[in-house]
Amino acid sequence: MGLLTPDPGLVFWSALTFGLLVFILKRYAWKPILQAVKSREETIEYALAAAEKAKAEVEDLNATKVQIMNDAKAERDTLIKQARELKQSMLDDARNKAQEEADKIIASARLQIEREKNEAILQLKEKVAEFSVDIAGKLLEEELQTTDKQQAIIDKYLQEVNFN
Amino acid sequence: MQNIRLIIVLIGFWAFTQTTFAANTAGQSSENEFDPMEMIMHHIADAHEWHVISYKSDGEERHITLPLPVILIDDGLHVFMSSAFHHGEEVVQKGQSYYKLYHGKIYKTDAAGSIKYDEHHEILNEKPIDLSITRNVASMWLSIVLIIWLFTTAAKRYKGAPAAPKGVQSFVEPLILFVRDDIAYAQIEKGKADKFLPFLLTLFFFIWINNLIGLIPFFPGGSNLTGNISLTMVLALITFLVTNFSGSKSYWGHIFWMPGVPVPIRILLSVIEFIGLFTKPFALMIRLLANITAGHIIILSLFSLIFVMKSAYISFVSVPMALMMFMLELLVAVLQAYIFTLLSALFIGMAVHNEEH
Repeated sequence: MGLLTPDPGLVFWSALTFGLLVFILKRYAWKPILQAVKSREETIEYALAAAEKAKAEVEDLNATKVQIMNDAKAERDTLIKQARELKQSMLDDARNKAQEEADKIIASARLQIEREKNEAILQLKEKVAEFSVDIAGKLLEEELQTTDKQQAIIDKYLQEVNFN
Repeated sequence: MQNIRLIIVLIGFWAFTQTTFAANTAGQSSENEFDPMEMIMHHIADAHEWHVISYKSDGEERHITLPLPVILIDDGLHVFMSSAFHHGEEVVQKGQSYYKLYHGKIYKTDAAGSIKYDEHHEILNEKPIDLSITRNVASMWLSIVLIIWLFTTAAKRYKGAPAAPKGVQSFVEPLILFVRDDIAYAQIEKGKADKFLPFLLTLFFFIWINNLIGLIPFFPGGSNLTGNISLTMVLALITFLVTNFSGSKSYWGHIFWMPGVPVPIRILLSVIEFIGLFTKPFALMIRLLANITAGHIIILSLFSLIFVMKSAYISFVSVPMALMMFMLELLVAVLQAYIFTLLSALFIGMAVHNEEH
């Protein structure tokens, strides 16, 4: 029965000691430890969340970068294509214009030649007429006394002269 | 296979020593008879002196003990060292009264120090109020010095910016977090648990460290503090008080007027629940006491076997078995601390819980 009989002395001292121990540990151990652990847990959680956020941001940035690069590539391609087309069209235009110009020049040249030729013919005709008149005069001087037959011969010769 | 062979060898030794013991006892006188019961009781009971070692010199048994202060309240306060009793051989006179140390307890006697018994062999002598610093009290103080040193050292490391745990901090932190998360937060509603954490943490480490000190077989360990009913009673009483002083309205409602059952059953249940209020801490008290004391008794019994059989060969059985028991006791030490704390947290959790209907 001795084992199951509480001893007042030990009851007193253990109650006092345990009470004091709770008080001391609460003040100097549990409070600082639990607070520090809690704040550390919060810090870790916050840091993890921040890291996650930063990671998402980096991913976002990467996606944007890829997007920008793709856009730039596409733009470059279209630009090159456009430039090529422009070049082609410019060349074509130039060629066409040159052709046209050349055609025009040739046409006008032809016109000019025609005109000059006609003028020359006209002048020649005049000259021939003059010569004819001169010749006729000379002939007239020579043969004026002769007959009208002679005049008819002159006309006949003039008619025979073909200038063309 | 190896184990089976070992067991066979051990049984062989045991049988062998049995026969030698039988042969030896025939001519042995009974005057020097070893009494295991007395030895075990002496070890698990409290004492007024702290036994360090005993040795034999000139055929006489000598004890080296650490005397502890005796504090008696009996017509005033008497304080003296327990060495004054000379291990119970001498009567101490203080004022008009004489005191004698008899089987670990202090009794008031006459000048000759005679102890009187009644017919049931109960001691009739009056006992003064004894507030002595006994072995258990001294051991408890040793343990709290250790606990305070351990945890304040760890607490100092938490100053400054949050950092990874180091040294003693990394040893105590998982334990503290275990008590916080798996005992307090698991049993008590969130938001209400923090208030009880200092109590639960102190309870857990106090019981555990004292269990371990009790397992150290030599000075300054070996006291049976957590196997002493006085201590377990105080701890259970504190749990009882903490539980009932933080009881919510619905807790008391469930005890005295159980909702949702017919009136006659309510009356019956209120009686049962009221008894339950006291049986819960009572079970806490007995569980810790019985587990720790039983462990001490088993280990001491195993060693007693050597002396009862008067054969050193028994140690081939006793020592491995005691070793096994020690391992088990190391587990029991932490397990009982855990159970006591867990159940305390459970009772508190039940008390503070506000049921929504």
